[in-house]
Amino acid sequence: MKINKTTVLLIIMLIGAIWVFWSCEQEAEEPDSATTGQEIADSHMAQWKRKNPERAKDWVAEEKERHKIMPPADNTDILKGQQADGHTYGRYTELDILTWARETEKFVVEGSRIFHSADLLGGTVGVSCDMCHPDAANTHPETYPKFQAQMGRVALLRDMINWCIENPVRGARLDADSPQMRALEAYIWAQRKGKTLNYGKH
Amino acid sequence: MRKAKHKSVETRHMEERRELYESLKNIDRRSFLKVSAVALGTAMASGLAWPHSFQPASVLSPSTSSQGAESFRFAYISDSHLYKKDLNDRFVRALLRSVDDVNSMDPQPDFVFYGGDLAQLGQVEELELGAQILKDLKAPLKIMVGEHDWYLDMGEKWQELFGEPIQSWDHKGFHFVILNSVIEKDFWTERGMKPMERMMTVAGLDNGMQSSFTVGSEQREWLKNDLSKYSNDTPLIVFSHSPLYKLYKFWNFWTDDAEEVQAILKRFKSVVVIHGHTHQLLTNRIGNIHFHGLLSTAWPWPYAPEGMPELTIEMSRPDPFNPNDGCGNGEVITHTDGLIDKVYSLWNRNPITISSTYTSSWGKRDRPPMPNRPSY
Repeated sequence: MKINKTTVLLIIMLIGAIWVFWSCEQEAEEPDSATTGQEIADSHMAQWKRKNPERAKDWVAEEKERHKIMPPADNTDILKGQQADGHTYGRYTELDILTWARETEKFVVEGSRIFHSADLLGGTVGVSCDMCHPDAANTHPETYPKFQAQMGRVALLRDMINWCIENPVRGARLDADSPQMRALEAYIWAQRKGKTLNYGKH
Repeated sequence: MRKAKHKSVETRHMEERRELYESLKNIDRRSFLKVSAVALGTAMASGLAWPHSFQPASVLSPSTSSQGAESFRFAYISDSHLYKKDLNDRFVRALLRSVDDVNSMDPQPDFVFYGGDLAQLGQVEELELGAQILKDLKAPLKIMVGEHDWYLDMGEKWQELFGEPIQSWDHKGFHFVILNSVIEKDFWTERGMKPMERMMTVAGLDNGMQSSFTVGSEQREWLKNDLSKYSNDTPLIVFSHSPLYKLYKFWNFWTDDAEEVQAILKRFKSVVVIHGHTHQLLTNRIGNIHFHGLLSTAWPWPYAPEGMPELTIEMSRPDPFNPNDGCGNGEVITHTDGLIDKVYSLWNRNPITISSTYTSSWGKRDRPPMPNRPSY
């Protein structure tokens, strides 16, 4: 009886060990998990987009179709030049260049959306920036800082933006570090690309 | 001793001045200069008067040209971009101010021309509000459609209120035509846009999703037909919301078939085109066609970054701290030669006149004042 009990236990353990070992081998034979993961993620994303067509729109592409956005500087030259050996800083890949361009432009495009929308600006009288400044014309960011007698102090671009938001737009002034103010400044600067800085000009 | 019946120099001066102004009421500037120069010359030669006196400069009553063109004036108001009263009262007050300005003109203008974009988003309330305010004008109203009036319901409400967007009439020897130059090729169906989305797209001056303005072949045919009854000598004044030439495509300061329309107008000896949409002082001349812009009551636009006509002398950059600066209305004074003086009555600034001699001399004579703060 005793022998029989131990033998049975041993046999069960042996079977279990073989089964575990066998199934591990089976798993190792599965196809590349990274590819499968991407496929699964893609199919989930496609499903979400089908369910949320409004939110799935490519807002950057759409805003660029609506409004002319000056492109950010082209940095592809960096890849053509000799990249010095032995330095980590300054050794860039194509991915770096693409990331800079895409992220910078996206920030500016967000600024364009706010600039062209009374609602996003928090305006209360239906007035948006583009109604006086199409394509950010007549904004002259390159001339700040400058003394504005009407404000009684030296104004930065953001002070002038806030003046416009409070007066013609009739909205609440934006915090200097708010996402809206940062994006607005980015768009206005971008549209005056190539203009020489000339602070103090009236 | 001299007789007691003595008038002081000042009294005589004021009497002569009043007399002269009375007689001047209906005469145009060029005939005045001619008449007064001759009169002054004669008077001085005979030792009767000094150059500072008005006495010899008596003038004739208004003359008419061989074609019967008379000198008269009409007022204009344009681009009020009204929202509903409770959303934005600033634009409403600006239109009310313009109506007061025009109603206080003495003598009253022959008619008042409204240059389009009465509403901001083409809504029933906006258009009705505008129509209600314009009813207070004492002089008869002639009105043109703008893209802001049109693209919500494709002109349905506007036409219900104001009638035909295209029309022509004769007045004191001039032939007048109003065109609808804001026709855009369908960009909305393909994108599945709702009427309000379409309106918002067109309402953005720098919105590149929309198409360019055109007059269109159908309307060009109508124009050709309408003008066929008139001889080349008839002075012609054409109204179009967009400039009937190509200035800056990205803001639709532009008419796509401008050349075709100009070709129809070309045979006339004297053509004046007056347009809204640009909210600024704008002067151009192509051949014998003289172009003038209109001021907005709501806000001034910046000048286009390229393509500015040589004859345009820009108005000073508007003061951002003054919501009325760069806005206003104005009047047009016609001459017997078929040309016009275009007066820009800017609020808070001196009025600026673009005289007929300025455009007819290609900018050599009577230059308007240069801006003290040009755009950059």
